[in-house]
Amino acid sequence: MKTKPKPSGQYADFMSRAYTMELDATERYAQFAEQLETHNNREVAQLFRKLADIEALHAKRILDEMQWPSIPALPPAYAWDGAEAPETAPFDSLHYLMQPWHALEIALRCEREALQYYEDIAASRAPKQVRDTAREMAAEEAEHVRLIKEWMKRVPRPEAGWDEDPDPPGVTG
Amino acid sequence: MRQIAAMRDSVSLALAGSGGAGVMTAGNMLLEAAAAAGCYGLMTRTSGPQIRGGEAAAMLRLAAFPTDAQEDRFHVLAAIDWQNVARFAAEIPLGPQSIIVGDPAHGEPPEVFLKSGARYVPVALKKIAGEIKGAWPNMVALGVLAGLIGLPAAAVEAAARKSMKKGLEPGIAAARLGMAQVDSVRDFFLAKPDNPGRRWLISGNEAAGLGALRGGVRFVAAYPITPATELLEWLAPALTKVGGSLVQAEDELASINMALGASYGGVPSLTATSGPGLSLMIESLGLGVTAEIPVVVVDVMRTGPSTGIATKTEQGDLNLAIYGMHGDAPHIVIAPNSVVDCIAATQWAVGLAESLQVPAIVLSDQYLGQARAIVDAPAFQSVNFEREKAGSGGAYKRYALTPSGISPMAIPGTAGCTYTADGLEHNERGTPSSQAGDHLAQMDKRARKISQLDPGDAWASVEGEGETAVVTFGSCTGPVREALASKPVKLVSLRLLSPAQPAKLRKALQGVKRVLVVEQNHSGQFLRYLRSEYDLPGEVKSLRRPGPLPFRPEEIQQAL
Amino acid sequence: MNAPLATVTLQAKDFKSDYKPVWCPGCGDYSVLSAITKALAMLALRPENVAVVSGIGCSSRIPAYTTCYGFHGVHGRSLPAATGLKVARPELTVLVASGDGDGYSIGGNHFLHACRRNVDLTYIVMDNHVYGMTKGQPSPTTEPDWPSKLAPGGTGLREFHPLVIALASGANFIARAFSGDPNGCATLIAEAVRHPGFSFIEVLSPCVTFRPEQRGWKDVAHPAPVAFTDDPGRAARRIMTDDGFNIGVLYKGNRPPYGAAQTSPGSVKDLEKAFQL
Repeated sequence: MKTKPKPSGQYADFMSRAYTMELDATERYAQFAEQLETHNNREVAQLFRKLADIEALHAKRILDEMQWPSIPALPPAYAWDGAEAPETAPFDSLHYLMQPWHALEIALRCEREALQYYEDIAASRAPKQVRDTAREMAAEEAEHVRLIKEWMKRVPRPEAGWDEDPDPPGVTG
Repeated sequence: MRQIAAMRDSVSLALAGSGGAGVMTAGNMLLEAAAAAGCYGLMTRTSGPQIRGGEAAAMLRLAAFPTDAQEDRFHVLAAIDWQNVARFAAEIPLGPQSIIVGDPAHGEPPEVFLKSGARYVPVALKKIAGEIKGAWPNMVALGVLAGLIGLPAAAVEAAARKSMKKGLEPGIAAARLGMAQVDSVRDFFLAKPDNPGRRWLISGNEAAGLGALRGGVRFVAAYPITPATELLEWLAPALTKVGGSLVQAEDELASINMALGASYGGVPSLTATSGPGLSLMIESLGLGVTAEIPVVVVDVMRTGPSTGIATKTEQGDLNLAIYGMHGDAPHIVIAPNSVVDCIAATQWAVGLAESLQVPAIVLSDQYLGQARAIVDAPAFQSVNFEREKAGSGGAYKRYALTPSGISPMAIPGTAGCTYTADGLEHNERGTPSSQAGDHLAQMDKRARKISQLDPGDAWASVEGEGETAVVTFGSCTGPVREALASKPVKLVSLRLLSPAQPAKLRKALQGVKRVLVVEQNHSGQFLRYLRSEYDLPGEVKSLRRPGPLPFRPEEIQQAL
Repeated sequence: MNAPLATVTLQAKDFKSDYKPVWCPGCGDYSVLSAITKALAMLALRPENVAVVSGIGCSSRIPAYTTCYGFHGVHGRSLPAATGLKVARPELTVLVASGDGDGYSIGGNHFLHACRRNVDLTYIVMDNHVYGMTKGQPSPTTEPDWPSKLAPGGTGLREFHPLVIALASGANFIARAFSGDPNGCATLIAEAVRHPGFSFIEVLSPCVTFRPEQRGWKDVAHPAPVAFTDDPGRAARRIMTDDGFNIGVLYKGNRPPYGAAQTSPGSVKDLEKAFQL
């Protein structure tokens, strides 16, 4: 157990935001998995579950690192620059016929957003501890970006017509 | 002290005139005077279509016994003037024993009344009123009528004091003069009951409102419609006095849904309407059945179909009340069979709706609803049926498949048992389901909830003995009862129309060889319903005709 | 250690039930559901004291997806049901969920009168300019030239302007939200619930199945250029000339909310005296 400098107000806030980002991403991917399962897209549902598990690990690491006595309070809803936390994929990202490559594309976008977020803080006037940690986190996100790109090479790239359903809406149900 | 010749135990009087003549006021005062004197009876009204100034008639039947039937003939027709009064001829049948009191200043009575053979008795109402400053001819007419039936002047005075806000002294004086005009006529003196007991003066609409409150209703949604409006208007201030509330809705689609929403929230709720409004409410009543939400709708039936005759009566909504909902939607339909029964019937409907968690329709009608009757004070029934509420603890199944079909209902505000009430078919938890098994199970549940109801003796009024029986419901009951007086004929007046009670009717009709089914509609809705649900013994005859005229005992006697 | 402490109040996820929504993946309504749960958590309410009332349509499926008390009624009649519930049980927080068909077509009349009546409700209409559940017919807010099976050349009818109607009818709080911003939506919903009287939020919530072009809404939705006004005249001018994508609170009025007539705790027996002779 390494000794850490006492966290300043800004640092605690920064870390709880980082934690929130991971938690939010975990929840969003889990929701996506559930939606796609209900809509019989098991393959992509499983992929989103995997992504959710990965984000959950990231969240747990922050928790362990910070040794908070209990789960921190989440920052208020309007705490982000964009509509939602940088690593959270928007609800309209999905298509019921989407393929694994699409899911990874979404994850890639999220990791890039997160990377940008940390890079911006690293380059800002935040306290040194915050900037240092932001730099570390940016490096980690960069690594995630690389991993996802590798992963994307291993899945088939969707062909034209991937979103065509021989039963158009209005015929079924 | 007058010498009283043989007195009648029943007299029917009508007072007519054009708008502004104060016919209704005088009629009401006559009713109040008769009530004060210890009589029973009732008053019904009729009027032309104008909003103001139209012709009107007050029809009273006063008796030494409780009744809300009309007699075959009116003994007296008094008219303040004759403008357009001829339109009421069918509603005021006269005979050779009747008298027509008219003001010669307004000409002879119309031929349609004279041809009955009734005797014309001119009384110069206007001139007599003119003798007293500030007196009106209607008060003279009031006196004439009161005098004809032998009411004590004190009773007339008491009635006047109760209703008149101004012109009291001239009014009383005018009434006295009117009484003096018929001093020598004793043919229509009315006997008083020996032991009148405690009596009330109430209309069917007021009675239904009171029954609702007795049953625990504390939320009412209101959309006005003739002839139900007074029910709602009576409830508006009454509810505030017992901690309840009333909201006026924008239409009947809103009023039924407001009532369902309030009931979902745990408050017994009600609305009242007539045929056209009930038609609009039918879809949402189906929601009440499927989502198992209690609600009561009082349908004060009027002449239909469509807009029909708004101010007149009929029993034409039976089909709508029983069969109107799409899909199989078992629910309760109750019909009060007298003015005072509107109290007990509505209270019962609330109790059944609450305990069975289902909509209940009360089929009243314009005749009962708008008649003001002098009745024996109704006993207060303190037992109410309440809805079974769910508490927290365990995984809550709102629509659990219980043997009785009744599953406890969670009330908003209770923790641990939240659920979504749904018109979609659902499983026990309330989750929407398209599964055959769930649909059948829930249909069975909702059906047995209703079919397993044991209504006890309240299911019908069964009176008399005989090999002939008259089966009827609602406002026909009064004239049927009168027609059967001291005849060896049985009367069965159904109060619980749905669910049908075949075993009970079979028992009631044991030994009966001829059945006369009496109803006030054109197609015989009640007859068809009875045939579909019951085995009627022996020879079955139908006496039916549509509104607007009420049944008279002789019609029924002729059919027997 | 300067650690933030755990909160005792419920979180957004405590307001979401286990029922898996039937909405198409990508549907804006997921976002609205998330926003509602966040708003209820922000308001520190408890699920058993909140009721979500709806009619029929994709949006109206929402009550069962929350852990609150739900009422899934018939098409177009959510507002009267919610009105009855709130008047009978004023201590409950009552949300009403609807869509552009359920709320502005069959429910149109009730919309007018609910605004007039100003009962303390929060009305959330998820507007996607189409009838989704019945698979793609024009709704009152559909553009006049949008082709469909029922109206192949487009309806040719001018769209319904719900915010203007709400203002004219007396709504006490009028806002537009966008499902693309669930957190902003959550804030608006919380504000609407807090504001007394009839609060109306029109949520632009794209239908990715029947109006896939609405994915482009995120490029045109923008914060309202000015803060809300409490002046109905000014609000009228702004809303009448609105581009349909101004997001935020547009109007906050000061009408006192509907209050039922004063009651006194009397007995039914007392009422009977009026009939006694």
